[in-house]
Amino acid sequence: MVVRSLDEKETDRLFHALADATRRDIVVRAAAGTLSVSALARFYPMSVTAVQKHVDVLESAGLVHKNRRGREQIVTSVQRRLETARNVLDQLEAAWRERLDRFADVLAELEEGDQQ
Amino acid sequence: MTVTELSKDLDEATLSIVAEYPADVTRVWQLWADPRLLERWWGPPSHPATVTEHDFHAGGTVRYFMTGPEGEQYHGGWRVVAVEPPHRLEFQDFFANEDGTENTDLPVSSTVVSIAAIEGGARMTIDTRYPSTEALEQALEMGMEEGITLALGQIDDLLAEPVVS
Repeated sequence: MVVRSLDEKETDRLFHALADATRRDIVVRAAAGTLSVSALARFYPMSVTAVQKHVDVLESAGLVHKNRRGREQIVTSVQRRLETARNVLDQLEAAWRERLDRFADVLAELEEGDQQ
Repeated sequence: MTVTELSKDLDEATLSIVAEYPADVTRVWQLWADPRLLERWWGPPSHPATVTEHDFHAGGTVRYFMTGPEGEQYHGGWRVVAVEPPHRLEFQDFFANEDGTENTDLPVSSTVVSIAAIEGGARMTIDTRYPSTEALEQALEMGMEEGITLALGQIDDLLAEPVVS
């Protein structure tokens, strides 16, 4: 897994993105659950377009990810997506571990059969 | 302990798992090549597998279904990419509809099985590349996530501030 630190520009973008109360709130809400831009806009006294701009700033700082689902723009936090990806690999690992144990059992039964 | 090594790479969406068995390479291979043996270990005890098609050649297809405790069936299969007995097998593992045809809405993973002789037995390596649960794919599109996650840890205090109502 590649772990790297942010360069100066990325750090600037990150802190700029977080230097606004609405944007911080969007990050918190996105971490709690996936929301559309229009659903987010209902939380703030501003237009959908204004919220959209905040989301864009957060996205360019890499704090949230935005993708289109039908007519909606869906906002997810990067952390949440990472967790999901990790879960997929963890499930795959668990499935293979069990499978390979059963594999050993079948081999052992075959070996026993050979000896009889 | 069957499994001797394991590595997961979130960026590459791969899982590599190594197991060692006190058995001949040809015997280990048989467990993949013989459908009756394959179905003895492929599915968990609660969901045993039934292999309905086993065309074990490059370009061939293996189809199976697993039966759950309530009689429910889960269908799946492999598109066989390479078969080099008794050392190497490559396939793409897909989900299938009830009639056994491939369900193209669900992700396909690619798996390479390598079997090598070692002292006293065989070592089997399973390399799986998992491309596309949507979330995994999305997470992988971005090169920055690890750095961001670290940075996020450092600015938890900032985020703990009261939010706008």
